[in-house]
Amino acid sequence: MSRVTRFAAADPGPAARVAGFIGHLRDNGFRLGVGETGTALAALCRVDPTDPAEARLALKAVCTGCAEDAARFDTLFDAYWMADGRVRQKIVPRDRAAPPAHTRNSRADDGLQSAGRGRAHAPDDAGGDGQGDSGGPGRLVASRLHNLMRKDLRELVSPEDIRAAEQVARQLGRALRDRRSHRRKAARKGSAVDFRRTLRASLATGGEPLRLARRRRPDRPVKIVALCDVSGSMTLYARPFLAFLAGLMRADADSDAYLFHTRLVRIAEALRDPDPLRALNRITLLADGFGGGSRIGGNLAAFAQGHARRFVNGRSVVVILSDGYDSDPPMVLDAALARLRKRGCRIVWLNPLKGWSGYEPVARGMAAALPHLDHFAAAATLNDLAALEQALARL
Amino acid sequence: MDTWTDLRSRLADTGYIASDDLSMALHIAVSLGRPLLLEGAAGVGKTDIARSLAAVKGCELIRLQCYEGLDASQAIYEWNYQRQLLAIRAAAEDGETGRAVEARIFSEDYLLERPLLRAIRQPEPPVLLIDEIDRADEEFEAYLLEVLSDFQITVPELGTIAAASRPMVILTANGTRDLSDALRRRCIYAHVDYPDRRTELAILAARAPQTETKLAAQIVAFVQKLREEDLEKVPGIAETLDFAAALAGLGIKDLTDDPAALQAALATLLKTQSDRAAVPVEVAARIAGRAA
Repeated sequence: MSRVTRFAAADPGPAARVAGFIGHLRDNGFRLGVGETGTALAALCRVDPTDPAEARLALKAVCTGCAEDAARFDTLFDAYWMADGRVRQKIVPRDRAAPPAHTRNSRADDGLQSAGRGRAHAPDDAGGDGQGDSGGPGRLVASRLHNLMRKDLRELVSPEDIRAAEQVARQLGRALRDRRSHRRKAARKGSAVDFRRTLRASLATGGEPLRLARRRRPDRPVKIVALCDVSGSMTLYARPFLAFLAGLMRADADSDAYLFHTRLVRIAEALRDPDPLRALNRITLLADGFGGGSRIGGNLAAFAQGHARRFVNGRSVVVILSDGYDSDPPMVLDAALARLRKRGCRIVWLNPLKGWSGYEPVARGMAAALPHLDHFAAAATLNDLAALEQALARL
Repeated sequence: MDTWTDLRSRLADTGYIASDDLSMALHIAVSLGRPLLLEGAAGVGKTDIARSLAAVKGCELIRLQCYEGLDASQAIYEWNYQRQLLAIRAAAEDGETGRAVEARIFSEDYLLERPLLRAIRQPEPPVLLIDEIDRADEEFEAYLLEVLSDFQITVPELGTIAAASRPMVILTANGTRDLSDALRRRCIYAHVDYPDRRTELAILAARAPQTETKLAAQIVAFVQKLREEDLEKVPGIAETLDFAAALAGLGIKDLTDDPAALQAALATLLKTQSDRAAVPVEVAARIAGRAA
């Protein structure tokens, strides 16, 4: 292990190096606070910090917080501590006064990247973390190459659209969400008397049940998971659908959204950005290949096996916005939807083409999907989406 | 027990073979007094680590199984209402004064301890296992954060109960829902993965020592290959051990000997209908052949 980074002579000491490392992780999208730096130092005191393997394991336990972080940690550790004996000159950033969150957002905002320290070592497979995805030079290089394939979503969607869509999304969300639990919970008002609590309360009044405690069935929110096809054939409809997704994310904190063309991208984090335009900008960064080919089956299969395992359950409604023109074989789509269904969710497919007179779901993909759908409807504009409220409430 | 390697070898003595990541995370969590959050697929031994830690430390294991709708009266404490009512009735007949009755019925005798309260009142630090925290509601998670940071619980009638000793807290999650950042930040984290071949062999040797070396190697290779197949429910370590036990029960000495018996034993590994269909006799025999 002679590849350990050498630090400059002027460097203030081990604590500062660890602080520098935490800063390095933070730059790469880890959510770490000052407290973690302290914990990291305390943890290093409990092991042999001069052994790189032990230090790596100890810092990994402290600094990671989810499976994605854990998978990226080793590369980041190597980049900082094992830089082939190179000398690291400045370990504590001095030139950044702005807090990290703001820094990251403003980067996403202008789309330019002042390369942070150690960033060149960052892997660009940042998983579902939109913030990680929007930074990093790998993405920018790719974006220059695929410039022709890319459309700026800001040209497609205006803030007014998003506001209107938010309204629609709120209504739809409400229609879908109004589900009652079977169990009863204590509540101030309710249909049934809670005997246990009534007796308990009656102790205060000498055994006379003066105040009746009640129970009721609480609402069980339904989670909406939207998957939007943004392949070439869907370009015309991207505007209302993206506005709808943006509105949905802002109206309902539990919902989840994905884009797919040739790849599947999770955009829920990016769409929740407080500034609607900046949110779209971040998606533009995420979604290169926009307007490209469509692999509906493959992407849905990836979704069913990946994100769906974590985010879809019996209380989810999966909304697919696509025209069903698939370049994958229909069996793939068939299997993917069957698998998705097994998670107990309901599946709604909104197809812009269905609105055309004389439309038959002849696209092979669409035909394969039909048996798995709970609801299949037309939707090409925001008004169409708003009109779905009734149908969705019956699901 | 000073270093993490000591901890790992002592865990191994109790029959738990821990990976480097896990033993280091456990060591740090225990020595810094922080909760340990374990994530990973079902059946990789997340719950078992708590049991083994309790055995290593020679202390009690207190388990709180989370579920949707778990509330304070199930997790922390509850008054024993029935006993209180009886006490009030009895007191009325004896002519006892109200104040004395009240003092009596809101005393420790009438308090039902639930896992969280019990954990912080132990004289010796116990291991507190909060299993499948992601199944509990977010409100409970928020309350748990408070308990985990202060280690004290307030019972309005009795006052604040401070921890007699700080329990070693282990939380496990399956990914039913996303945990809050606040909880993740407060915990030391380890992601528990399916074990590699060497580790799984060691586990099998520790847990099912009667299995012959050759068969054990075959079983592990078979299960590892099976995990690479496209299955809905990937078999975990518990399933491997069941599989070994089933093979022992069927008297199988070599996986390639009897395809029909192997298929029967697969019931311990494949738990859904489509997974069974995905691995018919021929496929199982092929995998077994490659594993041998």
